[in-house]
Amino acid sequence: MDNRYKQIIPAPNRVGTQTLVFNNRPSVASMAAIAGDLEGEGTFGDHYDMVLTDDLWGEETWEKAESKMFEEVVRKALAKDNLDEKWVECLIGGDLLNQIIAANFAARQLGLPFLGVYGACSTMAESLLVGSVLISGGFMSCVACAASSHFSTAERQYRSPLEMGTQRTPTAQRTVTGAGCTILVGPGSGSSKGIEITHGTVGKVVDLGITDANNMGAAMAPAATDSICAHLADTGRTVDDYDLIVTGDLGALGSELTRELCLKKGVDLKDKYLDCGDSIFTKEQDMKAGGSGCGCSAVVLNSYLLKEMMSSKYNRILFLATGALLSVDSTQQGESIPCVAHGVVFERRMG
Amino acid sequence: MDYIYAFLIGGLLCVIAQILMDLTSITPGKILVLYVTVGVILGGLGIYDKLVDFAGAGATVPLTGFGNSLAKGAIKAAGERGIIGAFTGGMTGTAAGVAAAIVFGYLAAIIFKPKTKK
Repeated sequence: MDNRYKQIIPAPNRVGTQTLVFNNRPSVASMAAIAGDLEGEGTFGDHYDMVLTDDLWGEETWEKAESKMFEEVVRKALAKDNLDEKWVECLIGGDLLNQIIAANFAARQLGLPFLGVYGACSTMAESLLVGSVLISGGFMSCVACAASSHFSTAERQYRSPLEMGTQRTPTAQRTVTGAGCTILVGPGSGSSKGIEITHGTVGKVVDLGITDANNMGAAMAPAATDSICAHLADTGRTVDDYDLIVTGDLGALGSELTRELCLKKGVDLKDKYLDCGDSIFTKEQDMKAGGSGCGCSAVVLNSYLLKEMMSSKYNRILFLATGALLSVDSTQQGESIPCVAHGVVFERRMG
Repeated sequence: MDYIYAFLIGGLLCVIAQILMDLTSITPGKILVLYVTVGVILGGLGIYDKLVDFAGAGATVPLTGFGNSLAKGAIKAAGERGIIGAFTGGMTGTAAGVAAAIVFGYLAAIIFKPKTKK
């Protein structure tokens, strides 16, 4: 027996080193996605519940608009399945802004018990992971998991003023304007969509020394690879056990790099791999390496992916959102970019 | 002919900056500082004025021209007022440019609202 277990009793619901098994499976009751206008013109435009025509959405500032998106996407997800706001026992979510103000301010408006999480662009997966634990553990029966990002807030915070006429590098990705929310309920609840969360994999922070804030995809690829391989090793599964392995926002270069890194570790992702950032915009939109931000994986999951699961196109997907854990200060001080990837497994209940 | 020289020299200075942006990882902010500093050095050595004589606005409008004004202002005031002038002269020499940037920036901020970038 492993030495550390002399004092610590191994948890019964964990396999391998990083993966949780939800025997008491949380299931998806409802979901919603709100996206900006460019995202609406993109690949999954028809799948979003709402597409904004003006990214200020009638507010004075973009920060307020992002918070409104966060708030409205939760309301929308609840309304779609006639769920009462009072039934939500916890709101779990975050965004990219300093001190996650978009989520905090939305939680104030919603008046729900709130756990704020920050995992940069991995936030959607992180909130689903925390939500699943709360439900599976029998602590809660209905939770809302959400994440948002907004181009006009993130660009100003992380990169440069909107008016500055700098050109984007080919490796740059555009922060997605959008918010997504998944409502999870306990097993046996009436409003289930027949999609359950079976596993969760908590990612390690990986840093291969990339310092270029305009090349986040390459920075995040090793973290994505690490979590994919850890998940497969922990569960004893192979790529063939999944219909789709989804990463959050690695973009064109990052997703290609992830394929290569996985192959080096003996994992061939084949044609079962989709990156939300790489696919959210069309080639004609010329968004360089693609989309990024918490909202990127959040809107794709809560529109296209879960809908395709409901229509039986996919029966089991590994949803793995990747986050670059940098700050403006760390970038300016020349620090490299630590990254993380958290995963959850969605499975369609058979029969 | 003056216009052509102004176009060529001004354009050349911008092309160098663009190449630096494309081929190196130097940030735009650092390139701005580099240009001002190069302008100060060339101005201080009296070389930049020869470029101004040749290309006019092509040499004075880019940021190196601002550096040249800083150096010339400091040297001129140092000659008149000694060491104190070396400190005040730079600001005096570039006061028109600095004040114009603030005034027009302020006016633009009053008139226009920021918009998102597509």
